[in-house]
Amino acid sequence: MSTTHIAPTRRAFTFGISAATGGIILGLRPIPSFADQSADLKHEAQGSESEITAWVVIEPDDTTIIRVARSEMGQGNFTTLPMLVAEELECDWRFVHPEYIDPGEHIARGHAWGDMVTAASISIRGSQSYLRKAGAQARHMLIEEAAERWRVPPGECSARDSVVTHNATGRTIRYGRIAEAAARRSIPANVPLKRAEDWRLIGRPVPRVDVNDKVLGRPIYASDVRLPDMLYATVSACPALGGRLKSFDASKVMNMPGVRYVVPVEDTAVAVVADSWWQAKKACDALPVTWDPAAGKGLSTETLRETFSHGLEASDVAIGRRIGDVDKALSGGVTIVRADYEVPYLAHTTMEPMTCTAHVTEGHADVWAPTQNGEGTLRNVAAALRIDPSNVIVHKHHLGGGFGRRGLAQDWARIAVLIAKQVDRPVKMIWTREEDVQHDYYRPMVLARQVAGFNAAGNLVGWRARVCGSSILVGLSPDRLKNGQDIEMMNAFLDEDMAYEVPNFEVGYVMRNTPVPVGFWRGVNHSQNGYFRESFVDELAHSRGQDPYLFRRRLLSKGPRSLAVLDEAARRANWGQAPKGIFQGIALVECYNSVTAQVVDISVSDTGELAVHRVVCVIDAGYIVNPNIVEAQMEGAVVYGLGAVLYGQITLREGQVQQSNFHDYRALRMNEMPKVETYFLSSGNRYTQEWGGVGEPGTPPLAPAIANAVFAATGKRIRSLPLANHQIRARPQ
Amino acid sequence: MGQAAPNDPPDQLVGWAERGSTSLRHNRLGARWRRSEYTMVELTINGETHRVDTGLDTPLLWYLRDELGLTGTRFGCGAGLCGCCTVHVNNEATRSCSITLGDLNGSSVTTIEQLSANGLHPLQQAWIDLEVPQCGYCQSGQIMQAAALLSENPKPSDADIDAAMSGNICRCGTYPRIRAAIKLAAYGQTSPNARADRKVTP
Repeated sequence: MSTTHIAPTRRAFTFGISAATGGIILGLRPIPSFADQSADLKHEAQGSESEITAWVVIEPDDTTIIRVARSEMGQGNFTTLPMLVAEELECDWRFVHPEYIDPGEHIARGHAWGDMVTAASISIRGSQSYLRKAGAQARHMLIEEAAERWRVPPGECSARDSVVTHNATGRTIRYGRIAEAAARRSIPANVPLKRAEDWRLIGRPVPRVDVNDKVLGRPIYASDVRLPDMLYATVSACPALGGRLKSFDASKVMNMPGVRYVVPVEDTAVAVVADSWWQAKKACDALPVTWDPAAGKGLSTETLRETFSHGLEASDVAIGRRIGDVDKALSGGVTIVRADYEVPYLAHTTMEPMTCTAHVTEGHADVWAPTQNGEGTLRNVAAALRIDPSNVIVHKHHLGGGFGRRGLAQDWARIAVLIAKQVDRPVKMIWTREEDVQHDYYRPMVLARQVAGFNAAGNLVGWRARVCGSSILVGLSPDRLKNGQDIEMMNAFLDEDMAYEVPNFEVGYVMRNTPVPVGFWRGVNHSQNGYFRESFVDELAHSRGQDPYLFRRRLLSKGPRSLAVLDEAARRANWGQAPKGIFQGIALVECYNSVTAQVVDISVSDTGELAVHRVVCVIDAGYIVNPNIVEAQMEGAVVYGLGAVLYGQITLREGQVQQSNFHDYRALRMNEMPKVETYFLSSGNRYTQEWGGVGEPGTPPLAPAIANAVFAATGKRIRSLPLANHQIRARPQ
Repeated sequence: MGQAAPNDPPDQLVGWAERGSTSLRHNRLGARWRRSEYTMVELTINGETHRVDTGLDTPLLWYLRDELGLTGTRFGCGAGLCGCCTVHVNNEATRSCSITLGDLNGSSVTTIEQLSANGLHPLQQAWIDLEVPQCGYCQSGQIMQAAALLSENPKPSDADIDAAMSGNICRCGTYPRIRAAIKLAAYGQTSPNARADRKVTP
């Protein structure tokens, strides 16, 4: 542990021991992860009464436990969220140990830790105010305690690096010595927060706290959990989406080595439970199953396209935004530009396939979960088992990727407990990659139709956008529907996320729900709508013979924040001055209260081989908490977006997904990776009091920037994705 | 349009799997071995001898994870396509999901847990210095793949890095930092992405 960035603790030490001896099983409640180890420590900490606020526990040796309600899935929450608390707490960062909140305790204590949802790039922007406040409250309590001991006014004392100092006399006392007493003081309601110019952690590239575990291969994921007497399961769901399990013949596999149980999962899937995962997998492959394709019968990409295509002209339209009178603006004497676009379903393919470990006993359940939503997992498990939520314990683990797959969609947790309910021992369920690809909650397949018109003076006078596809919210979050309509399907065209000034504008959505499950995918609806919008803006510019960057500038006369980001991207990329043979594309998308613009440099060979040389990425997220992590998020967003642009598509035949693994649902690889340059424009609270998100905003501009660059290079407008369907393929660089 | 039929990997992918891993070669040998008389295999894993006489068709990955508790080696695809499960077999990078115990008689296996047995491997230190991981799930495989590269080719070019590393998928997008970390370990260069004493405020 001598290499850690942070001070070693008992937890880290014990952890190192157990990892070194090869997954030793300790006691009844094993200690498989950082998270669970911290759970043990937490009880200890609470016993010692050094919980200063719900968020901060300081031990006598100054170890500062900062609790984390959201999830760590690679985006750096275990570092950045504690940074926000520590900034105000004025503790020594080296003493900080992040620890997950237990979702059950969160509910029992009346949601003491805000919101656990880790989606919509919400973690920092949704909790920064209460996290900084929690740190400031704890600091005040520590200062008050020290001041009382010294019999001096608190105003004469200051705190820094986990030490309170009486400024006049130079007397000092460590946080650890007074934490227990400070914890008994009342929590001040209102405390002033530091000014941005006084921040010492926020804005700096504080090293991530989770790197060592990940570099050493330590058991930090739910799929690494090992429990006494644990069995292993794998699942086979009806290959046709929306189909049903009719029957299976367990007798054919029960005599295979290690097989213990073959159980149905309601009427949708069957699971084999065995002594090892491989035994379960082999038996699952050999198990005779009869399926009823039911709703999936006849369902194909072609039939879905027909449904959505008709929807574009249907009258049951939900209008998300209307300015002026588009019909009038587009009639008579205007030059019309129109174009139809289409994007396919996309899978998430987190590197860790869907997994969850569960131990269900009479009226009680323990689950070990890679979840983007700890409370959601708890409530889904309770509902699936029809038991009281107070009888469910969710052990949170770091996620082997999330990207929206493990948030509101809790099918994996539900299936795991429905299996474990039929088994009298703990069960670790892991899906095959094939199951993971074929039973996702996909980014929706969406068709778009856009029409715009220019008047005789060459001004854009009207623009109408229609999109048609399946609603994400109907299946996963009906509470967010407005009058039964999913307005979020129009993101990137709505008031708050489109800065372009158009005198007559209308966006509408026609909902067509199908048996194909749809869900949240990095950038959610901004990702496909950003592609539709920004490609179409490019078409509009070219239709007038105008430079696409300058054309956008003119539409941003009332959008100074977006304009600044666009300008910076063009400047950093030397827009318009690309070397011979290199072509550029530009795009701008506003989402999650951030603004992102990208300029890509590409070349395309005569044989259609595409090379992406560079992506210049400019983001204004208001405030940047950790620039190193934000850069990583931009690199990641580009990789996620580029893989989808080049290859990503889930297609269906007879209700069945035709892709199954990384050979036919390809991901971007090292030799296809462009150079990514990230620049920050941090506007603070100049335009908005809210902070911006960073996990997703880098993804939506990538597809249109690439498609626009392909047009610049080839004259071919890419109106559907992926590029693989246009005989354009990546050239390894 | 333009989509490969299921179970029909593009040639390029087969190439990556072969280049990135010795597993396919082992499997071909293994097919012959499995037909032979082996009823017990003896192999060394992280310096310890293991004798196995049942379940010889079990992929090494699941023996490591479920039997030995060496969970640092991770499951990503089960088909040699993603590199998550990469270990060293006789010092070569190998996809442990695609090689069975029956293929491994007399072999020596090293996993991520052993890579730091005598202190951090220079690659692990470089990975820490440049903060390569995001979700981290693929990183054991990335590091084992890179370690095999450096042991064979201590001064790899960018093309060498591409050739060795393109069989290992990372969905979080750590590729630029993986490349920088390999170079840092090989050449002692710091990357422009390396941490700097800087502050970003409005």
